[in-house]
Amino acid sequence: MADTQIFHDTDRDLAHKARWFTGRLAIYGILLFWTLICLFPIYWTFTTSFKIAPDVMKGNMIPFWDYTPQWRGWKSLGLSPDTINTESTVREEFLKRFTNSTISAVASSALAVVLGSMAAYGLSRFRYKFGFMRNPDISFFFLSQLILPPVVLALPFLVLYKELALLDTRIGLILLYTLTVLPIVIWIMQDQFRAIPVELEEAALVDGLSIWGAFATIVLPIALPGMVAAFILSLVLTWNEYFFAALLTSTDAKTLPVMVASQTGSQGINWWSMAALSASAIIPLIVIGIVLERYIIKGMASGAVK
Amino acid sequence: MSTQGDLLHVVTSDEITPARLLLGKLLIWGSAAVLAATFALLFLAQSGAMALTFETWRPALYAYILWAACLCIAQVVRNGEQGKRTLFVLPAVLFVVAMVVFPLIFALGIAFSDWNLASPDGRQFNGLDNIRQMWGDPFYWNALKNMVYYTLAILVEYAIAFGLALILASEIRARKFFRVAFLMPLMLSPVAVSWMVGKSMMEARFGPLARLARWLGWDTPSFFGSPEIARVTIMIMDAWTFIPFMMIMILAGLQAIPREVQEAARVDGASPWRGFWEVTFPLMLPVSITAILIRIIFKLKLADIIINVTSGGPGGATDSVTSFIFREYRDRSNVGYGTLLAIVYLVLIVIAITIFMKAVDRWMNPRY
Repeated sequence: MADTQIFHDTDRDLAHKARWFTGRLAIYGILLFWTLICLFPIYWTFTTSFKIAPDVMKGNMIPFWDYTPQWRGWKSLGLSPDTINTESTVREEFLKRFTNSTISAVASSALAVVLGSMAAYGLSRFRYKFGFMRNPDISFFFLSQLILPPVVLALPFLVLYKELALLDTRIGLILLYTLTVLPIVIWIMQDQFRAIPVELEEAALVDGLSIWGAFATIVLPIALPGMVAAFILSLVLTWNEYFFAALLTSTDAKTLPVMVASQTGSQGINWWSMAALSASAIIPLIVIGIVLERYIIKGMASGAVK
Repeated sequence: MSTQGDLLHVVTSDEITPARLLLGKLLIWGSAAVLAATFALLFLAQSGAMALTFETWRPALYAYILWAACLCIAQVVRNGEQGKRTLFVLPAVLFVVAMVVFPLIFALGIAFSDWNLASPDGRQFNGLDNIRQMWGDPFYWNALKNMVYYTLAILVEYAIAFGLALILASEIRARKFFRVAFLMPLMLSPVAVSWMVGKSMMEARFGPLARLARWLGWDTPSFFGSPEIARVTIMIMDAWTFIPFMMIMILAGLQAIPREVQEAARVDGASPWRGFWEVTFPLMLPVSITAILIRIIFKLKLADIIINVTSGGPGGATDSVTSFIFREYRDRSNVGYGTLLAIVYLVLIVIAITIFMKAVDRWMNPRY
């Protein structure tokens, strides 16, 4: 076998390969860098919740390697293994806030999806005339609520709720949250319903279903993924809501973000318990984000592509 | 889509008897009368003209719900099939009217009065005093100016989001992992973020970001010391949470562009750089504008992070309008002045967004 090589990569081919390689390297570099930026605060919070004072001061980062994880932070919440079965007022408090958050987020998202889907279906199928308002006006009326900043409503609602005895109740919070997410739901659902061919309902009507029957049995199942997307997106927004909750609730209906915020100032360098609290406040949504990522993206994307 | 006639056209033979019509009318006006009577009663009771007193205004709420329900039922009773269609939209309309239109009218009333919730005098009409006070309030104008800065930061966020979306749309491995990872910041509550990032990672002594800054040569890192740096820090934290949002919208737009368009450009000899600026970017304009518009709307509500991290400091340098009004209420519990500021803000927003949309419309569809 001759040791001369017959086929050579020309310099140009090699350059191309090198350029491709550096390009890939740069792209993955950027991707990893941004992943670090996105995930580091979450990592930081979770690891800090297992630290004790010297670890915090020395700036230890990696558990088991430069510090030994301790349950201090979770113990102060009453959620560590050795305190989970004992009485704990902090845990009671935490669970109460957690329940409040869950109930108001789920109920308001559900209400918004029900009201919003109906309105969006109507607007995408029929022509209305309420006084001078026609379909585009009604659509705009709903969507324009997005522009309304919460501050405008906050103080009037404070006074109104006081008069109506709705201050510091979950119902009051649910109604307000429904209002804030309704435009988003209507926006997503209008898009969904427009994509469903009218012929489907026409066939259903010919077969003897009423309009509401066709809506409930034919259209809704098809639009279900869109509804789930709208629901999840509303859930994220309402679960994280702080402004209204801070103004309108004090003891009974206080939600988790308000609790986290009220602890922030008082804890000082007592980071482990704050970290445990923050971590438990963000866990539900992190899980939702990982499991239902598809729907969230679908929900946000539906408005973009027309 | 045509603007005339229903998209889903149904011909039905509704036999609406006069009795049904009458029943419908009776339902609407009867419940409206109950509503009006409840209001009248409550007003009278409040002004002390009657012996009986009500603890709260709850009855008005129940009367409104009754009226709304009757109105919905009457639609079907009176209009038959047509009424059933109205029933799709009516509940949402009634809900929004009750929750927005009514409070807004109420807000206008509050805005022109001096109402300190802590003081026993209650509400006092004070005409234009609040406007005069606003005119001379440097902190409010400062907050408005900050909002302009915060809004301008969206351009940078947009550039970063576009870059990330381009990379995610290109051929990479583990795309799903990166998508989930990039989405994460959006899921976190701003309050948690303000502790996680603002209060612990940026803590001047032990925070990892402060350590990093020291390692990079910044001897005394303080992220909230001077007004400019504090403002930039707030912008960065807010950008961190919301870049995923713009990124996802732009990514969806990118994936909707047919691949052939880029291929055609490449066949015609366009370099990737020109292929982007002259093909992809123009095609993405509508999506970009939607994304930016929604982002502006969200940005205008910015408050949680500011309230929890800096509470407006140093010296109001990081205040957004929302956080300023929040503190104004917390510190002085002055509902009247706060509401006026909020309403002025709303008017400014509506004007600004209208101008923005008109300008975009003019720019996208030039008329010669």
